[in-house]
Amino acid sequence: MKIPIADHVSEIPKSGIRDFFEIVQSMTDVISLGIGEPDFVTPWHIREAAIYSLEKGRTGYTSNLGLPRLRRAISDAVFRATGVRYEAASEILVSVGVSEAIDTALRAILNPGDEVLYHEPCYVSYNPSVKLAYGVARAIPTRVEDEFALRADALEAAIGPRTKAVMLNFPTNPTGATLDREQAEAIADVCIRRNLVVLADEIYSDLTYDDRRHFSILSVPGMRERTVYLHGLSKAYAMTGFRIGYACGPREVIDAMMKIHQYSILCAPIVSQDAAVEALERGEPAMLRMRREYELRRNYVVSALNEMGLDCFTPRGAFYVFPKISSTGLTSQEFSMRLLREKRVAVVPGTAFGPSGEGHVRCSYATGLDQIKVAMERIAEFVSEVRAEQARSAA
Amino acid sequence: MDALLDLLKHNPLMPREDLAKLLGLTVDEVNDRIAQLERDGVIIGYQTVINRDRWNPDVVTAVIEVKITPERDGGFDRIASRIAKFEEVQSCYLMSGGYDLLVLIEADNLRQIASFVAEKLSTIDAVVSTATRFRLKTYKENGAFHDLDSAPERLSVSP
Ligand SMILES: Cc1ncc(COP(=O)(O)O)c(C=O)c1O
Repeated sequence: MKIPIADHVSEIPKSGIRDFFEIVQSMTDVISLGIGEPDFVTPWHIREAAIYSLEKGRTGYTSNLGLPRLRRAISDAVFRATGVRYEAASEILVSVGVSEAIDTALRAILNPGDEVLYHEPCYVSYNPSVKLAYGVARAIPTRVEDEFALRADALEAAIGPRTKAVMLNFPTNPTGATLDREQAEAIADVCIRRNLVVLADEIYSDLTYDDRRHFSILSVPGMRERTVYLHGLSKAYAMTGFRIGYACGPREVIDAMMKIHQYSILCAPIVSQDAAVEALERGEPAMLRMRREYELRRNYVVSALNEMGLDCFTPRGAFYVFPKISSTGLTSQEFSMRLLREKRVAVVPGTAFGPSGEGHVRCSYATGLDQIKVAMERIAEFVSEVRAEQARSAA
Repeated sequence: MDALLDLLKHNPLMPREDLAKLLGLTVDEVNDRIAQLERDGVIIGYQTVINRDRWNPDVVTAVIEVKITPERDGGFDRIASRIAKFEEVQSCYLMSGGYDLLVLIEADNLRQIASFVAEKLSTIDAVVSTATRFRLKTYKENGAFHDLDSAPERLSVSP
């Protein structure tokens, strides 16, 4: 017998990133700018806290919601970042990465057929996560002219009779887009008037540059009651492998999410939770050092790409740049494939993040400067070779 | 700390073009700022961190804890600078606690250090006592590790 797979699962295509990964894996000497996680190892004092946790024999389950001390640290961190206070006892859930929190939040709020909007290009899991929760996922394309910020009018125009929620991810993977205060307020205004739930994935909110701090839509009056705020330790604290994220929201949502989480996950790993406490209580200096390093690399990459004629705005957050490559006459897929084959540099085709990513590629600067330098030289060579080809075939 | 200074501290050899790109400045601006830092005495030198286990492992390094009687005028400064001027002395710090000066010295062999302590340091009037401790092995120096852990593996492409 062949085990039959559920329809809504079979219908989900395999991730585009996955195919690309397989090819890169089979090659040697590749410099990868395709990596969506920090190149730093977790700061030592945090790793040391994890070791200490093991030494003390902290190897059991925790409360379903997560360690109370961690929830208090989260409550304080969110308050510092947004000015909004969540009750550690009832309004915060510690999850296995933001990934789980997204899934759990969607499952908690969607009835089959409910529609969820998201801005695109976006993180690869949004569309499938909505579908896996029996929702209908609808992309709102964003444009390079707006530096990939979501426009309030575009959001409003996309709202239909069954639209229940909108997922926001600023700073954005893969574009590095950010929202300033006015933009966030305009979007909040639409959400309030049209009664939308907001899933705010702010996993990159600590990584913003040029001395501009992230302004969270949660900070807008009237948003707390309709927002599920999602954040985690993966990016800012270089803790991807620890798998700690969290959701904050009004009690009834966290109660509902808790039901799902308690039966599907039980709790996040205790050693990781202990490490997360250390990160939130004492990790800021290390986080700031990494952030400054990212900012310097960003400057380098943006200036190198623009020099070689690949237009690229200066993103103010996350650790990605999203240059426009259409001037080479290649599609995102062709550009990435040929760059990989001919120059052994891996970037991710923009289309892996949705059709509106066509004409762009994602380069991550979460890679050491020495590697970035070589990669930029190789990309410059590649671009000039492609341009020469173009010129020959035009002649 | 200033971003330029931080970059130079980790790698003074970084090409000025790279510094410019990283900082979003022109090469001229970078050169001017470095020149200014040097003129202001903020940058007082550029040095190479050498792994002593790989190069000239016989060099002897010691730290000497020195107790001194401060002078009525000048306090510790005059004596400290007198000690610091000896070529063997790599670093010299005024310390809080059980002793006054911490003197880091480097020499070709043990005898040189012994003679420095006995003939130079101890004979200074204000020096009350010294305690010399020798380096056995170095694990980390000026922020650089001697045995580098190899970079941990990461997936080559991830979302
Ligand atoms: C926008 C966004 N959300 C969520 C995640 C998942 O992160 P976590 O490690 O917390 O599951 C990522 C990781 O790449 C991301 O880029």
